[in-house]
Amino acid sequence: MEKLKVQIIEQLNLEDMEPSDIENEEPLFGDGLGLDSIDALELIVLLEKEYGIKVEDPKEGKKIFESVKTLAEYIESRKN
Amino acid sequence: MKNYISSYCKIKNGTVIVNNNEVFRSEANDLKSVVKEIYRSIKPGYAKFFKMDDISKLGFIAAELMLKDTNLKNRYNDSEIGIVLSNSSSTIVTDSEFQDTIQDNNNYFPSPAIFVYTLPNIMIGEISIRHKFQGENAFFLNEKFDSIFISNYVNSLINNGKIKACLTGWVEYSENGYEALIYLVEQDGNTEHTEENINIIYNK
Repeated sequence: MEKLKVQIIEQLNLEDMEPSDIENEEPLFGDGLGLDSIDALELIVLLEKEYGIKVEDPKEGKKIFESVKTLAEYIESRKN
Repeated sequence: MKNYISSYCKIKNGTVIVNNNEVFRSEANDLKSVVKEIYRSIKPGYAKFFKMDDISKLGFIAAELMLKDTNLKNRYNDSEIGIVLSNSSSTIVTDSEFQDTIQDNNNYFPSPAIFVYTLPNIMIGEISIRHKFQGENAFFLNEKFDSIFISNYVNSLINNGKIKACLTGWVEYSENGYEALIYLVEQDGNTEHTEENINIIYNK
């Protein structure tokens, strides 16, 4: 999950943020990290670029991008 | 009717001048480092800054410094404050960065975060969101800074009652370098908003 946090910080230009600043179950959007809709699109690009995973159904996004934990679980499930 | 330049910020070659005073100097050569250093120095506490493209950062920082002691928001309604900016190269550097993300068919990952900054008026949007300005706005492309055009346009907006104050100027960034002049025009002041006075601060 640490690697994923580093990738999120780099991809989304979260300046001044360290992987340890992101809680595994902290919401990525809204009151958590405060990401926006463009960040959501960048996360979709990250998944495809780094893990070869295409998010086909946009409705899936809300669940996948809930937290770093859900994102990591989704990546693992798609790997398998 | 006469209008007046009440405040200005000029950023060029790592030097920041606000109202005739040098307030910051960076030894860095690239815009990315310069605007980051200035940001760290003035600490606006605005995390979205880091998501902007470099030319938006330049305009944002210049506006931030220029507005610092103007008390503008307490003197006008949001809809009375406009923004009129101009440059020569549009967002060429950002356009090129976006092109890099789609250049290679085997590494084709168009970046949404870069794409949204491939228009120069996005800079106006960023400044407007930060300060909640809601007045008239426009971004013009001119071969070089055109003080006659800008003064005529902004004076017309104010004299026709569209707005009462206007952030205006020139924010340019290309492979040839960067420079920003953002100044405030109001109906009262000491320095008349004329071509001659604009050129004096532009050439600081």
